[in-house]
Formats: sequence, structure tokens, C-alpha cells
Amino acid sequence: MEILVCARRVPDTSENEITLNSAGTDIERDELVYSINEPDNYAVEEALQIVARVGGSVTVVTVGGEDDEEILRREMAMGATHGILLSDTAFEGSDARGIATILKGIVRKSHYDLILTGVQAEAGGAQVGGMLAAMLDYPFASLVNSIEVLEVKKLKVSREIEGGNREINEIDLPCVLSIQTGINEPRYVGMRGIRAVASVAIPNYGAGDLGVDTSRVGAKAAKVKRVDYFVPTLGKGAEMLDGSREENIEKVIELMAAKGGLK
Amino acid sequence: MPRIFAYIGHKDSVIDDSAAELIVAATKIDPSAAPVALVCGCGAELDGACNSLRDSFAEVWKINHDALAYPNAELIRKALLAVVPAGSVVLITHDHFGIDLAPGFSIKLNGAFISDVLDLEPKASGLRVARQEFGGQVSAHMEIDISSGAVISIRPGAFKAPANPPVNGVVVDKGASVGSLAAGRRYLQTVVAESGDVDITKHAILVSIGRGIQDKDNVGIAQELADTLGAAVSCSRPVVDAKWLEKSRQVGSSGKTVRPKVYLACGISGAFQHLAGLKGNPFIIAINKNPKAPIFQVADVGIVDDLLEFIPELTNRVREMHTVSAK
Repeated sequence: MEILVCARRVPDTSENEITLNSAGTDIERDELVYSINEPDNYAVEEALQIVARVGGSVTVVTVGGEDDEEILRREMAMGATHGILLSDTAFEGSDARGIATILKGIVRKSHYDLILTGVQAEAGGAQVGGMLAAMLDYPFASLVNSIEVLEVKKLKVSREIEGGNREINEIDLPCVLSIQTGINEPRYVGMRGIRAVASVAIPNYGAGDLGVDTSRVGAKAAKVKRVDYFVPTLGKGAEMLDGSREENIEKVIELMAAKGGLK
Repeated sequence: MPRIFAYIGHKDSVIDDSAAELIVAATKIDPSAAPVALVCGCGAELDGACNSLRDSFAEVWKINHDALAYPNAELIRKALLAVVPAGSVVLITHDHFGIDLAPGFSIKLNGAFISDVLDLEPKASGLRVARQEFGGQVSAHMEIDISSGAVISIRPGAFKAPANPPVNGVVVDKGASVGSLAAGRRYLQTVVAESGDVDITKHAILVSIGRGIQDKDNVGIAQELADTLGAAVSCSRPVVDAKWLEKSRQVGSSGKTVRPKVYLACGISGAFQHLAGLKGNPFIIAINKNPKAPIFQVADVGIVDDLLEFIPELTNRVREMHTVSAK
């Protein structure tokens, strides 16, 4: 099975506190630690496991610039067969629809049986996979938390729905699936693995290579634009205990007794 | 202003709780809007849903089709495209079905798409919406060009709906516009979640752990505290993803809904999907080393500390008190 995984390099929220810059126009990007978007990493692992069972190849693709190559190499160190960077000044400022339009170009350029994305990235849009599927007229399933290859042209997939229940579907190939975290246990990538792929050439395709109409991508085509960032105030905010640890512990015990019936 | 529609989900003739919230969102886009409910389904179940929607919507478009007995997003997309005029704005709840339907629907409708919206207001250029990024650590305002229509998914619970008197709306049968329907994806069955070893819905106090617990080996310190308190250990999504606890311990929209009296949130950032599983207004005590964690906005009491040190000390202190009271 030929599998394409669409991935993205994002600020790693487990490594960074996300704060606003002084102007409130963007998040503070100095000294941010970036990594592959976590659900995308699960998608790559799932692709590797499918290929280990039924054969084929795994290609990881991202839309971005030179800096984004590092996640392609990381996923190749994990076992992905190919990495492809889609990069063009015309792509800059694309909204989700623009990104899906660019990705459609790489799907049309080659042949893939299965296209995976992470369910969402740092902005929580959960949208590119569904858009790409609609553009390609491929079937789509979101929030996928298990995949079974049934026969050559069919999968059985489970979707995460409310209350921890699972919705089981049969889906025809080629299709697009958005992968939920927890579907598998992504393998560890060591420095040795990263070094082994450090000098592998990564092809870089622009709008011309992909047959992408530049009037349909980039900032000018975007129907959705970010105006600013702000820090939300939900609720009244907690009463912060600022005593010593011992004092805070006494207070917590007192509160658990008063509010929760702790004896 | 374009015509505004609200896609309404339903099950066993009971309409989604969020139906009224979509009306509030529609009137924020256009105060004079009378949004039209779009309801897909089949037979008496659908009739029941449409009938209850007449209380809140002046117009209910009913799409009755044998193929729509189960809400398959691809089939529903095709059915909606047959009846929704180009240039419309369609509101959908941002849940597992909305995530399945809305992005692809926006492409086929040739409209803009914005998901998981918390607030919105009209602007000369279209709409300005507020939404969260980075799991709620920061929010962003976005501007949407809706000149060729739009699909907007709305976060459940973000638009509080007032109790309005019934409007006694009309049901319009639109099923005839929909031809035969087929999809590349077919629903087989729903597998109900396993109940697990511990029922976290039955405890007055929950010691709940998130990514901040850092390692599987540290889950034991939360368990010790829970044992000492007569409580149970629950968790947020990253702990289940990492296979440190069973899925049955997860609180949230894709996990369990719990109603404890006290919720001790330890190293939990406070993403809305997690908070959606906390009902009954529990007293929330949050411990997190990140003073900017969103959980502190919704908690009653907050402590900025290293939970790997705080929890064992709390456990010891509770034990000491037990020992003293036993004497």
C-alpha cells in the first residue's frame, strides 16, 4: 500500500509555555521549541505499521520552508521511505483551504492508496484532511483510532465518538483518514537514526511542479485570516494559593474536607 | 446578509443540546436572522426530531431519505448540497460529527470554513470570530470572507441559549430534491466503551492527572493519594494516549462524564475537550507548574507547584492526620 502522510512542524506545547508578544500580534516565537505535530506523528507510526503488515511505502509531506525539513528527516528516521517538502513563496499565508489545494497537487502528481493526516494541529482547526478528501472526491473519516486492512481496496476503520464509544466503518480506497492520538505507540527516534538520514536529499516541489494555480493559494486567496492573538479570560479565575507548600497542603486538605466530605 | 442555516443532529427523535446554541450564534451574525434548521434522517424518528425543532426554529427543512437513517457525513453532505443554496452560511456543532462533515462540505459549497468558534460578530468584510489555539493557552481573532458563503462549526457550550417561548415553526419537506445517495464509507456498528476496573463516575473526590505526571512510573503517587483519600484516579487524554492508564479513566468529551464534589486537577492543562467531561459544578483544585495553564481560569483554587513533590507531601500529611485521629 502506498501511503502519504501530511505532517506539520509546530511549536511543541509540552516544551513551551505559549505567550503573546508585546504587541499582541503573534505568539512569542523566540526560543520556541518546535517538533512534529503530535497527531501527525501517530499518523506516521500507523502508516509504518500498515506497511509492515501488507507492504508498500510511506511518504511524509509537509508544506513550508527549509526549517520544516527537520520533521521530514525525523519521520524518515522513524522509518518513512520518502520525505517531500512543498515550498513556494506563492504558498505563504495560505489558509487551510490553500494548504489542502497544495496537498492535492502532490496527490495528483503521484499515486497513493491511503492519505493520512493528524486530526488537528496547534490551531485546532481539524480541517485540512476533510477538505483534501472533498477536493479529491475521496471518502473521508475523521478521528480514526484503529485501521484494519480488509482487502486490496478496502479498510475497516474505527472513529472516536462521544463517551469513549467507537464507530466502526468500512471505507473504500483511495481515501483520506484523520488520525487521533493514542491510536498506537509511536516508536522512539534516537540520534543515530536522525544522523542516518541527515544527508538524504529531500525533493522540494513548488507550485509549477505541482500544477497548483497560484491564484488559489497564499495570503491573497485566503478566505480566513488571523487578525491578532489574545489571552482568553474564561470564568472568574482561580484563587491562587501563594503560601509555602506546607501551608498550601493544609489549605487543600481543609477544602477537600469542606467541599468533598473528606474525613 | 446571506441566508443562515443550522444543521441539527438528533438521535431517537431527541435533538442535540446544541441546537439552541446555534440559533444564538446565528443571531450574533445577523440579529434579524431567522435561521433555518436542516434535519436529515428517515421516517418517524426524523418526524419526531423535526416536530420538537418547531418550538425553536421558524422553519425546519426536513430531508427524509432511507440512506440517512444513520448520520454518515458523506451522505449528509450530498443531501445538504442538493438543498442548501450557494452563498449560504451553515452552522454546525463542532463535535465528532461536525469534524467529519464540515470541512469537506465547505469545499463542495465553495464557501469559507472556520471551526470550533467561541464567539462571532459581523464586520464589513464578513465575520470576525474568536477561537482558541494551543489547547486554550492563547486565543485568536480571525476574519472570514463569507461573500461566497461559509460553513462555521460552533464549540458546544460557547453560546449560552436563553429559554425562549415556542415559535411554532413550519416543517418543509425537502427530501424530493435529493436523488439516490451512495458513499465510499459505510457505517457498520457502534462499539460501546468498556467500563474498566474502576468507575470514576461514582467517586466524590477524583485525583486527576494530566501530561504533567510526566511518566508512567509517577502514576503511582497519584494512586497513593487517591487510596489515602478514598478517591479514584482519573486522567486527561495524554495519559491515555501514552497508555499509562486505561481509557475508562479518561474524563472528557471522548471519555467519561463525571460529577465529583472535588476535582484535584494535577498537571492538567485544561483543554475544553477535557473540561466538557466535568459536570455538576465540582470544586476544582488545580496544581500545575505552568502559571499560565488554562486550567487556572476555570479552577476554584490554584497552586503553582511541582506536582511530583506536592502530591507525595499531601499524601503524607493526610496519612498523619488519619494516624492522629485514630489515636
